[in-house]
Amino acid sequence: MKKIEVLGTGCKKCVNTAEQIQAVAGELGIDVEVEKVTDPAAIMGYKVMSTPGVAIDGTLVHSGSVPDRGKIETLLKA
Amino acid sequence: MLEVFTWLADWLIYGLGGLDPESKLGTSLHFFVEDTTKIFALLVVMIYLIALARASLDLERVRHYIQQRHRLAGYGLGAGFGAITPFCSCSSIPLFLGFTSAGIPLGITMAFLFTSPIINEVAVIMLWSLLGWEFTLVYIAIGMVVGIGGGMILDLLKGERWLKDFAAKAYQQATEAPQDDEPTPEAPRLTLKDRHLFARDELKEIVGRIWKWVIIGVGLGAALHGFVPDGWFADNLGSGQWWNVPGAVLAGLPLYSNATAVIPVMESLILKGLPVGTTLAFCMSTVAASFPEFIMLKQVMQWRLLATIFVILLANFMIVGWLINLLSPWLFSEILT
Repeated sequence: MKKIEVLGTGCKKCVNTAEQIQAVAGELGIDVEVEKVTDPAAIMGYKVMSTPGVAIDGTLVHSGSVPDRGKIETLLKA
Repeated sequence: MLEVFTWLADWLIYGLGGLDPESKLGTSLHFFVEDTTKIFALLVVMIYLIALARASLDLERVRHYIQQRHRLAGYGLGAGFGAITPFCSCSSIPLFLGFTSAGIPLGITMAFLFTSPIINEVAVIMLWSLLGWEFTLVYIAIGMVVGIGGGMILDLLKGERWLKDFAAKAYQQATEAPQDDEPTPEAPRLTLKDRHLFARDELKEIVGRIWKWVIIGVGLGAALHGFVPDGWFADNLGSGQWWNVPGAVLAGLPLYSNATAVIPVMESLILKGLPVGTTLAFCMSTVAASFPEFIMLKQVMQWRLLATIFVILLANFMIVGWLINLLSPWLFSEILT
């Protein structure tokens, strides 16, 4: 199971990102656990400056925007 | 070129609508149609072009660039990049921590964050089209001064003492072990198509976010324009007594808005005889000192630092207001006559 963290201080884009990932994972039948990380210290730990950011199993894979569908698929399949 | 929009409004309101150009409703609606069409047309064109140009500017590179410069230049750069970097206020905290943990002084980071809401492409486009280039330049200069001045004072007071512990620690670590040898982050290689896609998304994003503010702002401006008699402010609020400026700053505080909505209102206030400095003080206070933003910064700052920043900002707005009122006979001979 992939552990996915959506990094962001709670804006609308971060919520969208989490929902999108959840939805795409559901369609592809990939088992994921999506968690929203809002703690500033944790976000700093990933060295993210523009949110929303996405980390999979502890590695930052995306930041600065709501990833589009294609990008989410690539990330989930990787 | 921009007269097109005046003609459009003439035709629509006085021609098709048959309203009397002398009536209050007629003037208000004319103002509304002229300004909204003009602003939207300019915004769409300019946001797209600006986004094309800055597609390759990202925060990592901005940070690296600021880090490499002398501290004094840092304040100017912080404020300057705050003005031109595309940046959503929901990223304030990660940006703050990203800068701080890279050892950039608090004052420089705050210069970025102070200037960011005041100067951005939307504000500049609107000012330019509504109030002309002289006013726009003064506005930009003031925004920079507020940011640079605020940042410098904050560092003079050693504001970093009052950061939250984890942020203070990150800053200390970075200053003790400077990462000077870090390579410059590479500029992303972008084709024209990438830039176009970026610009298209930016355009959609920005216009989607601000269109209602434009309408609200212009609506308010139009109502003021049509229904408040000329010279009302001078007759009722006094023109240029010293307490006008602090009054305007305080009045702007509870109004949380962005530059997009305030600028059309500013236009009307100035045309109705409110002194320019007073108007600007009001505008800055509405735009840059917003409570939601402050509550957000609470996550990385102690109350003491927040309060200090708040007082510095308000003092800056007042000084700017007084100064511009003093200078306005020389600065704005054109709009004021």
